[in-house]
Amino acid sequence: MGSLFRSEEMTLCQLFLQSEAAYACVSELGELGLVQFRDLNPDVNAFQRKFVNEVRRCDEMERKLRYLEKEIKKDGIPMLDTGDSPEAPQPREMIDLEATFEKLENELREVNQNAEALKRNYLELTELKHILRKTQVFFDETAPDYQDMLVNRFSQLNPSFHSRPSKYDIRTLRVKFTKSQMADSHREEEQLNLLEDGPRGQQQQNLKLGFVAGVILRERLPAFERMLWRACRGNVFLRQAMIEAPLEDPSNGDNVYKSVFIIFFQGDQLKTRVKKICEGFRATLYPCPEAPADRREMAMGVMTRIEDLNTVLGQTQDHRHRVLVAAAKNLKNWFVKVRKIKAIYHTLNLFNLDVTQKCLIAECWVPVLDIETIQVALRRGTERSGSSVPPILNRMETFEDPPTYNRTNKFTHAFQALINAYGVASYREMNPAPYTIITFPFLFAVMFGDLGHGTIMALFGLWMVLKEKPLAAKKSDNEIWNIFFGGRYIIFLMGVFSMYTGFIYNDIFSKSLNIFGSGWHLSYNTSTVMENKALQLDPAYDAPRTYPIGMDPVWQVAPLNKIIFQNAYKMKISIIFGVIHMIFGVVVGLFNHRFFKNKRAIYCEFIPQMIFLIFLFFYMTLLMWIKWIRFSAQNPAPYSVHCAPSILITFINMVLFKTSPLINEECNEWMFWGQGVLQKFLVLSALACIPVMLLAKPLLIMQERKKALHQPILPYSTDGQDGENGGLNPQTQTAAAAAPAGGHGHEEQEEMSEIFIHQGIHTIEYVLGSVSHTASYLRLWALSLAHAQLAEVLWNMVLKMGLTMSGPMGGIGLWAIFGFWASLTVSILVLMEGLSAFLHTLRLHWVEFQSKFYAGQGYAFTPFAFEAILDGGGSTED
Amino acid sequence: MGALPIIICTAIFGVVGIVLPFVAPKGPNRGIVQCVLILTGVTCWLFWLCCYMAQMNPLIGPKLHQNTILIMAREWGGPLIDDGWTPKEEEH
Repeated sequence: MGSLFRSEEMTLCQLFLQSEAAYACVSELGELGLVQFRDLNPDVNAFQRKFVNEVRRCDEMERKLRYLEKEIKKDGIPMLDTGDSPEAPQPREMIDLEATFEKLENELREVNQNAEALKRNYLELTELKHILRKTQVFFDETAPDYQDMLVNRFSQLNPSFHSRPSKYDIRTLRVKFTKSQMADSHREEEQLNLLEDGPRGQQQQNLKLGFVAGVILRERLPAFERMLWRACRGNVFLRQAMIEAPLEDPSNGDNVYKSVFIIFFQGDQLKTRVKKICEGFRATLYPCPEAPADRREMAMGVMTRIEDLNTVLGQTQDHRHRVLVAAAKNLKNWFVKVRKIKAIYHTLNLFNLDVTQKCLIAECWVPVLDIETIQVALRRGTERSGSSVPPILNRMETFEDPPTYNRTNKFTHAFQALINAYGVASYREMNPAPYTIITFPFLFAVMFGDLGHGTIMALFGLWMVLKEKPLAAKKSDNEIWNIFFGGRYIIFLMGVFSMYTGFIYNDIFSKSLNIFGSGWHLSYNTSTVMENKALQLDPAYDAPRTYPIGMDPVWQVAPLNKIIFQNAYKMKISIIFGVIHMIFGVVVGLFNHRFFKNKRAIYCEFIPQMIFLIFLFFYMTLLMWIKWIRFSAQNPAPYSVHCAPSILITFINMVLFKTSPLINEECNEWMFWGQGVLQKFLVLSALACIPVMLLAKPLLIMQERKKALHQPILPYSTDGQDGENGGLNPQTQTAAAAAPAGGHGHEEQEEMSEIFIHQGIHTIEYVLGSVSHTASYLRLWALSLAHAQLAEVLWNMVLKMGLTMSGPMGGIGLWAIFGFWASLTVSILVLMEGLSAFLHTLRLHWVEFQSKFYAGQGYAFTPFAFEAILDGGGSTED
Repeated sequence: MGALPIIICTAIFGVVGIVLPFVAPKGPNRGIVQCVLILTGVTCWLFWLCCYMAQMNPLIGPKLHQNTILIMAREWGGPLIDDGWTPKEEEH
């Protein structure tokens, strides 16, 4: 059984479960994770289902657990996460769980309420303490000020307050007083008259002052002050002092900064006004006795009460902590249990109730290979629930397309994900993922080829692979990290292949290794060298042997024509690998046709497609090899350097039926004997394939239908050649034969014209695609060139600067420059270039490769599995 | 000497792509392992082969700076043929 080459064979099953055993059975199936249930009540809405009550109870439990979790996180208590997953508890245990959570939640809420009340109390007392402390100073120093001020004003004396500046808050005082000084004294008088109706005779009278003291948020203070000044027309006197230590707001636990203030005023009218303003600004007012002795006494009282409160608060916190620590031990466990129960009831809601109400009926997709395992699980579930009636699993016949299920492991999973991102394979279609495991990193590496960069990437991948378990246990919610970690095997393989291609390109951070000794040698006289700025080695004499593995290191040090040589080489390998990749894609298509017993597609599609691709494009790659082998600098005239034709021109002329003009008198028109005739034959055959691709299949279908009209009793005859039906298993095929209306209804409805149009589109797509896709593989060359050039520029512009510095400063400079170069190398050359090469590789696979055989019209198998549900639940919540 | 690298490389990738798939461990992943090995062998061998063949009969030679030639002569062996050249004094 090809494990990943095709999706698993699936079958639809009907499952009869005893009502009392259903829960346990579904729980077992959830642990197994191999069954996808179908919704049998799609038109019943979520609130009318049978187990909606239980689901709601689970929701409620989950809410309580989340509340607990929040509180635990607030206190920073570590939660025990053993990572094991307890089995779903029995339904009757649900009540116990509910009771436990209820109790915990209530306890916690009560503790929190108490703590909040205590904290509020504590805050008030602290504020009062501060008021008493600060106001002491105010009373000592400023009350006389204010008295003086009022007295002086009323007596219309020019105030001379600056003579007695107070220690506290000189600034505010000054502002006020300068303001009042600047104001026109007459107007001020009028204002005062408006304010106080009393006759001027009372002016000299000793005034009785009232005051209020309180605490206000510091940021509100300036506005508060302004408001007081405006509303009371400057007739109140405000003093304030900051409370240095932050106070804790009991409602949300934030730290807030506050200030103590005291306002002196005269008269009841002002008092009400001031109190209103205080209220408006949410200032808290506290009673503050006037007599110093009283204040002292009160302060003492406050202090003792604060101490008492502290003890009580401590005890409350201890209690809360104990409760939370106890809960933290089991929290993850409880979460798992509750989620499992919820998942089970959700699944049970998909089931149908049998008429007798004794039995639940489920329909599910299962992999044929796992039916045994599922039956064992069901039996286990029945035993656990104590029911005596065994559950019944029946295979059903259906015409629906089964879901696509590819069994992946941690290694193949990421590659399958790359394929699924394009489209989930149709049922039992060839899965490109196994080939992608190598072709993907390889094509990536052709673009990314650099031994140094590849090593960095491979080491990063290797580190993630080796540290897999601890890294996976961390469950980071950093999206970028998760992408990297999910693709760790891809990254590792991409790195390893880049190391190989880099070795072949002989490119390590844009430098070369001379391991085997360059194949080029120098045969110059000293004078020739010394009298010429640059010299070109002659391939006829100076290259006695070929560098055995990879690119000769001499090219790296030949900046003048390295690119010319490497472009020719890299373009050729791009096309060679591109054409082979595409041919491989078409061949994979053959396996599809054979598997689905689609003989017609083999003759009408596969063979002409292969001929078209091989006769034109693979022939071009053959020409490349021929050119490599036949033409040499050492050879005499017909196969010498000057006679080497351009492959591209030859190919274009071949398609246009032109003969290439002779380059030289000595040269041959053709690269080998019979090339002209062969090329004509190849092009004509390839062109002949186009009408075959276009018309053969529709015409055959038309013929068949005519035949079927004459013999309507034999629907079986079309079965074997039917593309759509070939994929079903033998039973369903017999079923299709037995019930032709179901199996063929869809087929018959497809109009002949539509078939023609489809075929036309496919043919045009393929023919034009072959040309454009071949050209598209040139991106292998382009990216590889760009990567090599970028690495070289970085070396020459950055690191070379450091390497050419001399003296002791040179060492330090090199150290700094190396850091800069290294970070640019990692960020630009490895990360950005890597990403770009990755995307191009993805495109080459999705478009150029998969378009040759892959339909990707299936839907994924989503089994009911606790593992997935728990992971999903965890990730959405965290 | 000429054929040796071809034989060695072909043998190495032949082992990877042809021999190893036969001895791949039995189990559910045998198919995948075989597929991976064969493809690795084919792609890597072909990649090496193309690089080798592209240089087998070079049509152009590298164009080197004077400095590079002198360094090559010193570091990679193959000293220049001494024809009694001395720096011309009168140019300075």
